[in-house]
Amino acid sequence: MRIIIILCMSTNGTTLEGLGHGQRGVIRAVDAQCPQVQRLMTLGLVEGAEVVVAGSAIGGDPLELRLFGRGISLRREQARHFSVTPVGSGD
Amino acid sequence: MVGNPNSGKSTLFNRLTGLRQRVGNYPGVTVERHVGVLDVDGRRIELVDLPGTHALSAHSAEELIAIDVILGRMPGTAAPDGIVAVLDATNLYQGLYLVQQLLELSVPLVVALTMTDAAATAGITIDIDRLSARLGGVPVVPVVATTGRGIDTLRIAIAAIDKSEPPLIEPAWPALRDAATRLLDGTAEPAQRVAVERLLIDGPNASNQALLDGLGADATTRLRRAQDELFGLDPPLAAEARARYAWVRAVLADVQAHGARLAGWRTRVTDFVNRPLPGTLGLFLVMAIVFQAVFAWATPMMDLIDDSAAALGGRAIGLLGDNAFGSLVADGVIAGVGSVIVFLPQILILFLFIILLEDSGYLARAAYLMDRAMRSVGLSGQSIIPMISSFACAVPGIMATRVIPNRRDRIATILAAPFMTCSARLPVYALLIAAFVPDESVGLLNLQGLVLFGLYLFGIVMGVITAFVMRQTALRGPKPPFALMLPEFRTPNLRTVMIQLLGRVRVFLRRAGTVIFVVAVVIWALAYFPRSALVAAERDTAMAEAAMMFAGEELAAAEADIDNRAAARQLEQSFLGRAGKAVEPVFRPLGWDWRVSSAVIAGFPAREVVIAVLGTVYAVGDEADESTLTERLRNSRHADGSPVFTLPMVIGLLIFYACCLQCAATLAVIRRETNTWRWPVFAWTYMTVIGYTGALLANQLL
Repeated sequence: MRIIIILCMSTNGTTLEGLGHGQRGVIRAVDAQCPQVQRLMTLGLVEGAEVVVAGSAIGGDPLELRLFGRGISLRREQARHFSVTPVGSGD
Repeated sequence: MVGNPNSGKSTLFNRLTGLRQRVGNYPGVTVERHVGVLDVDGRRIELVDLPGTHALSAHSAEELIAIDVILGRMPGTAAPDGIVAVLDATNLYQGLYLVQQLLELSVPLVVALTMTDAAATAGITIDIDRLSARLGGVPVVPVVATTGRGIDTLRIAIAAIDKSEPPLIEPAWPALRDAATRLLDGTAEPAQRVAVERLLIDGPNASNQALLDGLGADATTRLRRAQDELFGLDPPLAAEARARYAWVRAVLADVQAHGARLAGWRTRVTDFVNRPLPGTLGLFLVMAIVFQAVFAWATPMMDLIDDSAAALGGRAIGLLGDNAFGSLVADGVIAGVGSVIVFLPQILILFLFIILLEDSGYLARAAYLMDRAMRSVGLSGQSIIPMISSFACAVPGIMATRVIPNRRDRIATILAAPFMTCSARLPVYALLIAAFVPDESVGLLNLQGLVLFGLYLFGIVMGVITAFVMRQTALRGPKPPFALMLPEFRTPNLRTVMIQLLGRVRVFLRRAGTVIFVVAVVIWALAYFPRSALVAAERDTAMAEAAMMFAGEELAAAEADIDNRAAARQLEQSFLGRAGKAVEPVFRPLGWDWRVSSAVIAGFPAREVVIAVLGTVYAVGDEADESTLTERLRNSRHADGSPVFTLPMVIGLLIFYACCLQCAATLAVIRRETNTWRWPVFAWTYMTVIGYTGALLANQLL
């Protein structure tokens, strides 16, 4: 049981894609070279912003995030470019 | 008026100007231009509602318009004397990003802080004075646009805008300002400097070409050197976002406090539809309701309009006599107007639902839920609403593609939309299915219903294949970034909904209505002229004979029959009938005779006229009941005595109908929305070739 949790942390804990449902995280770094990502940065997904994963569409893609209380949706392939620091689990 | 999408800007605009607004277009594009008039203390202020934008860097055609107007680079539109910045109190984070960019223009500015009621419910408190101080001392007016609270204060603030001092604000990114000032040799006004800052960030493009040319001969080199110094390897947009959001976070920490959120019904609804399965099922339910409404609710109204137009036409013939002028009024003008307004009930209901879904914030969620499915065929979630709308009519469907920011996605969606089974195809399907598909059960299902369903499915599949193939070939390109804001659910404002509904119906009538009407009159003329004196004389003889042989009801029936036969013979030798005979060899391999060919030709500019033409050509009158027409179709024979309407031929005809772009209004709208003849010509040719090939294969192979 414990091993599973550690595995989840190590594979999922580092990017936005890996945050679980309801989990909160602060964006640590953005791989901004990817043009898919720049629009999201203009919308506020930049270093230092805190987000909560609010859900996903059927099949787990795209994701819905809450950014300062506002819903914003992005695809998993874009979420991969955001490194986050999880900050406990919000509800 | 500038603000983020969904910031309550349009509601506020409608509240400020009421019905005193005009909707036009910006030159060369299909973005609507809303201008309203505001009267304060005898002063007349022109207020322009710009398309919503998140930043001064454009992501879609609409955003580009907003930015061009703000920066004063829109031809024919003067730079604004002042800006009303609409700031959503529940979304200061994104709102302040734009406001900060606007402040750096040093144009007099008023901040309208909207949704203050929703912010209070969400437990957000905002220190207005401190916010105003942080924004360089500009007035910040809290309003609730739906109830009108604060509107008078805002009006007064807007009236005083030209007397107020431009905001004084420290730049969020001093290095950017310095670089722009250096490029301008230090002589620029703030607005021009901001335009150069945009040039530094966005790079040269069509909108700022004039500005770049004005910077001197070596401008491009100097620009590139400045960009290298400023951004290094960082993408400019990313660097800008980092710098400005750092400022926004500092302001937020200073002016905004979060209390406990009061969980209202909105939160609960949002939480429920956030879950993937209920969300998707909910979307299907919503789509089913829209469908049901568009088709079931509109039918009685449409029948009423149809009957009224026919009755009115009959009255006109009675009044004006059965001559060319009477026929023009009855079968040309009245039938033409009728064929336009018969669409109105469906269009009204469709627009009403779309506006309600849009204003309640659900449309974005539909796009989010359907994104994965649409992506697998090369489109994005935003294509779903145009596709659904096209089941009523491709015209509003194609107009709805404006929400798709990426041009390739948008054109692929426009090309797929006309394949959706629109309501004008339905009567033809119904007639042919009733006539030639046996009314029997297949398991639990009815075969006729199954065929109709199959035709709907066929349209969807053809549309999807088209979009997919186009996205792989002519419209091949990098995957556009997907970034969709999901607004909170809110109750739509009745006033805003009604103003929007009126506006959209007016646009539909202007774009589609005029085309449909002209087409109806032209087809009437082609089917009416030239008149044969011989046929008319023979009709009169037959009438005289009938008058001697029959009486009472028998006479009336005989006269109607003679009239219908005469009309059929007149049509046979009319321009339309001759054209049908001329092209018969082309359609011969599909199993069609000249009658079907004539009807199909008449249907090319407007597919809904086919039934009326078939009615005339088979001598049952153009208002004949279906069973008589069905009977005639079944008995129709080629010259060699073989039946015309064989099952393979009917299947081919249905395929032809499902594929062909027989609608001048759709072509006109594609031309308008894509701003080139290339796409309508391509769509028409492509769809006709597919329809012809499909019908040919069906007739030859089945």
